[in-house]
Amino acid sequence: MNDALFAELEAESIEIIREVAATAAKPVMLYSIGKDSSVMLRLAQKAFFPGPIPFPLMHIDTGWKFREMIAFRNRTAREVGFELISYTNPRGVAEGIGPITHGSAYHTDVMKTEALKQALDLYGFDVAFGGARRDEEKSRAKERIFSFRAPGHRWEPKAQRPELWNLYNTRIHPGETIRVFPLSNWTEADIWAYIRRENIAIVPLYFAAERPVVKRYGQWIMIDDERLPLEPGEKPETRMVRFRTLGCYPLSAAIESSATTLDEIVAETLGATTSERQGRIIDHDGAGSMERKKQEGYF
Amino acid sequence: MDTLRFITCGSVDDGKSTLIGRLLYETKLVFEDQLEALKADSKKFGTQGERLDFALLVDGLQAEREQGITIDVAHRFFATPRRRFIVADTPGHEQYTRNMATGASTAQAAVLLTDARKGVLTQTKRHSRIISMLGIRHVALAVNKMDLVGWSQFTFEEIEFDYRRFAQDLGFESITAIPVSALEGHNIVESGSAEMPWYEGASLLQWLETVPAKPSETGQPLAMPVQWVNRPNHGFRGFSGRIASGTAMPGDKVRISPSGVESRVKEIIVGHGTATEASAGQSVTLVLEDEIDASRGDVIAAASHPVESADQFEADLIWMSEHPLPPGRPYAALIHTKAANLSITHIKYRLDINSGAHLAAKALGLNEIATVNLSLDRPVPFAPYKENKRLGAFIVIDKLTNETAGAGMIHFALRRAVNVHWQALDVSKAARAELKRQQARCLWFTGLSGSGKSTIANLLEKRLHADGKHTYTLDGDNVRHGLNRDLGFTEADRVENIRRVGEVAKLFVDAGLIVIVAFISPYRAERELVRSLFEPGEFIEVFVDTPLEECERRDVKGLYAKARRGELKNFTGIDSDYEPPQAPEIHLRTLLIKPERCADQILQLLRS
Repeated sequence: MNDALFAELEAESIEIIREVAATAAKPVMLYSIGKDSSVMLRLAQKAFFPGPIPFPLMHIDTGWKFREMIAFRNRTAREVGFELISYTNPRGVAEGIGPITHGSAYHTDVMKTEALKQALDLYGFDVAFGGARRDEEKSRAKERIFSFRAPGHRWEPKAQRPELWNLYNTRIHPGETIRVFPLSNWTEADIWAYIRRENIAIVPLYFAAERPVVKRYGQWIMIDDERLPLEPGEKPETRMVRFRTLGCYPLSAAIESSATTLDEIVAETLGATTSERQGRIIDHDGAGSMERKKQEGYF
Repeated sequence: MDTLRFITCGSVDDGKSTLIGRLLYETKLVFEDQLEALKADSKKFGTQGERLDFALLVDGLQAEREQGITIDVAHRFFATPRRRFIVADTPGHEQYTRNMATGASTAQAAVLLTDARKGVLTQTKRHSRIISMLGIRHVALAVNKMDLVGWSQFTFEEIEFDYRRFAQDLGFESITAIPVSALEGHNIVESGSAEMPWYEGASLLQWLETVPAKPSETGQPLAMPVQWVNRPNHGFRGFSGRIASGTAMPGDKVRISPSGVESRVKEIIVGHGTATEASAGQSVTLVLEDEIDASRGDVIAAASHPVESADQFEADLIWMSEHPLPPGRPYAALIHTKAANLSITHIKYRLDINSGAHLAAKALGLNEIATVNLSLDRPVPFAPYKENKRLGAFIVIDKLTNETAGAGMIHFALRRAVNVHWQALDVSKAARAELKRQQARCLWFTGLSGSGKSTIANLLEKRLHADGKHTYTLDGDNVRHGLNRDLGFTEADRVENIRRVGEVAKLFVDAGLIVIVAFISPYRAERELVRSLFEPGEFIEVFVDTPLEECERRDVKGLYAKARRGELKNFTGIDSDYEPPQAPEIHLRTLLIKPERCADQILQLLRS
């Protein structure tokens, strides 16, 4: 990795972020607190320096994020000085929906997908930035940088617009929205190398530490609070673990690792033999599950 | 380390997906869990028996996996210690020309796949013409499936010879032919295949690692389209954008196009700090020494090489919409950061992408490519696409559906606007109307055939005439007997029909008359175009709103019956669309009010 490569990646992402600022009526940046969001936030700061970020950041809080994530989110908003909106689906709260009682698919559907649609409608945002990358998953390889959503936030593969050069068609009708992915052309390795180079603060869960975990379905699940009931035979143990991706805590599996510095994380990532989404339980729901979730409005 | 963006062209049958899958696999970009999924998929969907089907690694969307074809542009990533790669994987069939153009627009090199058993096919030529048009200069001709022709040197050299002869006029700087087998993995990563000792050149990956990636724009004079004006407070004003060509340094003298105002670069902001220089490809914010006005769409360029502005161009155009392009229809356009209204004034010729022949064309359909003249409603800073992609590329947007309908590349500016000056006349429109003691107006009646446009128009003109007003009525049928007798009823001809009548109405309004126009004028876009010819308040859209069933029931001229029998083609309401006005000045619901009362309503509005 060198400066020229980062200059190129940065330049493209910043161009995309500015294009939205210049053409959208009411944009918002979705902030998931993860490493990709942290990079996207840094790029937004750079795009508008010396001015502030001219749009709010919004976190869809499922109520099941790691406690360290929420603390980090609040600290970052204070330090960087952006406007933070946190939204939780009131229906989900009223019905007590969670991943353990209702299963990962239903929980994600209500607390993430439905919540996101509600929040976009509530505030009237017409364009929402997301930190998704094309290298994450096969169906994302065909995602546009500017992804159009029909009224009701539906993604229709056939209705997507061709994207030529750096010319983005941002015209929409009332009720339609656009999801914009400034990190489309970044890879997981790029993200880590950039975090190290720019010294970007990230949630401590990415670094290896002794944490209470249980083994479930062959994966390490962290016990973040008392809401995780133990199955018969499961015994909490303390292990040196870290996370490659962060989501809702019972749905994000940890990996055993001794990487406690960014250098060690980068080295581990470059030598990884499994993809990062392996720790995401949502992807294993069935063939084409990500594609189906996306059509329903998942990010 | 740098990034190379390249495109792979070829059809599924040529083994394109297998080739990309293998590149990912061999560069260790396939993780264990993905490999497990691949093994399972290979059993389920695979075409390679017990072996791994690498094509399944890259065919993403479920629908196309089931159909076994690639229907969109997919972006894949892999890296070697020397370079980082972004592959645009696009389908090869003719109906996907737009996808290939999309993939090629951001690529610096192309890998063109041919089947060694088939050689240079029509589709190889088609792909070559598209990538050449989009400005790709380095091509690898990967002659695949060498295993199926017995690793024959003769076959390979014959194909290479054929291709070089064909491609000599396409402007490629380099063509490298490589004999490969994607399935068996020969000459993909390592060179020196044991089966093809006669080939001493680079493997495909070695070629990808060494082909020039740097765009040529770096060595040119500075030009940067203003993307966003950064004004966080009164003390700071910066112009943000991505540098299209050249290098900027503090102290550089610059000129803004199209205003022509000059200043100097005071400061260059990159990220969170200032830089001593910035060059093509970087996103920066320029602070100028003087407080000058520039907005999104303007171009800041070296004062010694200012960027030209024009409003009429010759360009290549790739049509991407299912809805054909009729010349004359107004579209929205985006060229670098500048938005404008665009219409195609003339299709010079359509390119037969398979043979290279130039064909006459009246309209342009999906995936067709043409050289056209076009006109914008305002001057736009530009450069020819061949010299600067960022300043010479544009997209065409349908104003109704907002779809990206076309993509274009500017050849050069037409000087028409400069040569034909507007003749300023001393007696003005207002003076002419004053003499007639009236206000010049254009009353535009739109509605289905048989809706009552002519009846109401006729009543209205009689009343105005009786009031001593000077009027003239342009009737659809009458005009088609003279001025527009060369036009039929295709969409392209309908657009031209309305354009001409709009211009005539404008001349009459200029003469101080109250002009009544009674035309079906089915398309919203054309009515909006005509409206834009007039000053605010001059154009009054009258929607004669009679339901289709009622028009058909009346069928005064017997035309609906004919259309229903199939004897009349492109009849509005039957097999051609009518787009009702969204906000007409006057909306006449003829089922509820008599024609006389309709005329009254219009008179009231004219008097108020």
